[in-house]
Amino acid sequence: MTETQSPVRPLRILLAKPGLDGHDRGAKVVARALRDAGMEVIYTGLRQTPEMIVEAALQEDADAVGLSILSGAHNTLVPRVMELMRAQGLNDVPVFIGGIIPDHDVPALKAIGITGVFGPGSPLSEIVDFIQTQTARRAS
Amino acid sequence: MSESQAPADAMLPLTKRELARLLTGIENGAPAAQRILRERYRHSGKARTIGITGAPGSGKSTLVAAMVQGLRARQHTVAVIAVDPSSPFTGGAILGDRFRMNALAGDAGVFVRSMASRGALGGVAAAVADAIIAFDTNGFDVVIVETVGAGQNEIDVAWVTESVIVVEAPGMGDEVQAIKAGILEIADVVVVNKADRDGAAQTASTIAAALEIGRKRAWEVPVLKAVATTGSGVDELLDRLAEHHHYLQTSGKGQWRWEHRVQHDVLNRLREMLLRRMLGQLPPDQLSQLLAAVARREVYPTDAAAELMNQSSKP
Repeated sequence: MTETQSPVRPLRILLAKPGLDGHDRGAKVVARALRDAGMEVIYTGLRQTPEMIVEAALQEDADAVGLSILSGAHNTLVPRVMELMRAQGLNDVPVFIGGIIPDHDVPALKAIGITGVFGPGSPLSEIVDFIQTQTARRAS
Repeated sequence: MSESQAPADAMLPLTKRELARLLTGIENGAPAAQRILRERYRHSGKARTIGITGAPGSGKSTLVAAMVQGLRARQHTVAVIAVDPSSPFTGGAILGDRFRMNALAGDAGVFVRSMASRGALGGVAAAVADAIIAFDTNGFDVVIVETVGAGQNEIDVAWVTESVIVVEAPGMGDEVQAIKAGILEIADVVVVNKADRDGAAQTASTIAAALEIGRKRAWEVPVLKAVATTGSGVDELLDRLAEHHHYLQTSGKGQWRWEHRVQHDVLNRLREMLLRRMLGQLPPDQLSQLLAAVARREVYPTDAAAELMNQSSKP
């Protein structure tokens, strides 16, 4: 009998801001929304290198990774993150991005494995639903 | 229970991914994680363990980051378990300690893991104790446990380590605050952080005076000043912690405290198991109906608890 088995296991979501832009209000709003949806959010803050983010995802055993990028450097930063995720064997961890991402960049990002792109005005409930669906797929 | 399922090479070091997964299993009370720890437990006890607690905003995470850098300079590998509170309403949490430890990134001798306290049934003290076993038996020399010093739960967490640092910031209150029962009592070392601010000397002397009122102890709790953001005072802190470790080893106090911690830990786990078992055995809706009756002030809370106990012990 496993009496210490917890019935519901909270999702652990890593939120990071790669690159040099200093605006993390969006990331904080998302962090709050995920917390309010019962998730455990590991918030790593500003100016993270792709190496730092992937190392944190590894150590924290994150169920999903969210990147917030407003600098326009997503076409450089995101492929690097995905490359390192694969190198660490974290291929099965969904990665989603938010911030200012022009529509014409989205197909290329999806092609390298980004499963969700959330621009300004995305309803928070959409992000929560997305994470719940993506991680459920991973667990099954 | 099948202990035999554990591999023969149970003591091989885990990869980072395996260790991270084990920690998740620990947090979730997964039987597979318990099997691994059962094999490893007898090999544990090599790492030094340091607890660090104090009020929100006193600078614990920044101090931990500075301590880890100092310990790395002394050639120790370091694991950090950073505990933040879960929301009592949604169960969610924002784990923000890692945010202050960015300077440690890229060092293979450091592993930082954030943990949410997960409320009354979450058993964070037991999870932290188990995480220490995992790090200890995976070769880390020092394990630091950081918790917000806000209540009994956090004091329980601090109790799983051999040395406890209590961090205060200048302006913590008067001497009456300092002699109130609670967090200062568990301190082996007190650090007045942000010592470059006004009132640091006053705060340090108030705490030192309050500590002197107590009975004389073989280990006199040092009250140190530090500025975590610059690393000032951190070397002295590490020296004092090494002295405390030596004191515990040579005085017999370490063994006494270990036995005390073991008792605390096992009873703590028992309490959780009993509570889970009892709640699991209750007829559906029994708990919510009784709680509603208490809320309507029709049933006295102690009677409700006794009723739940009787219900769950019926065959």
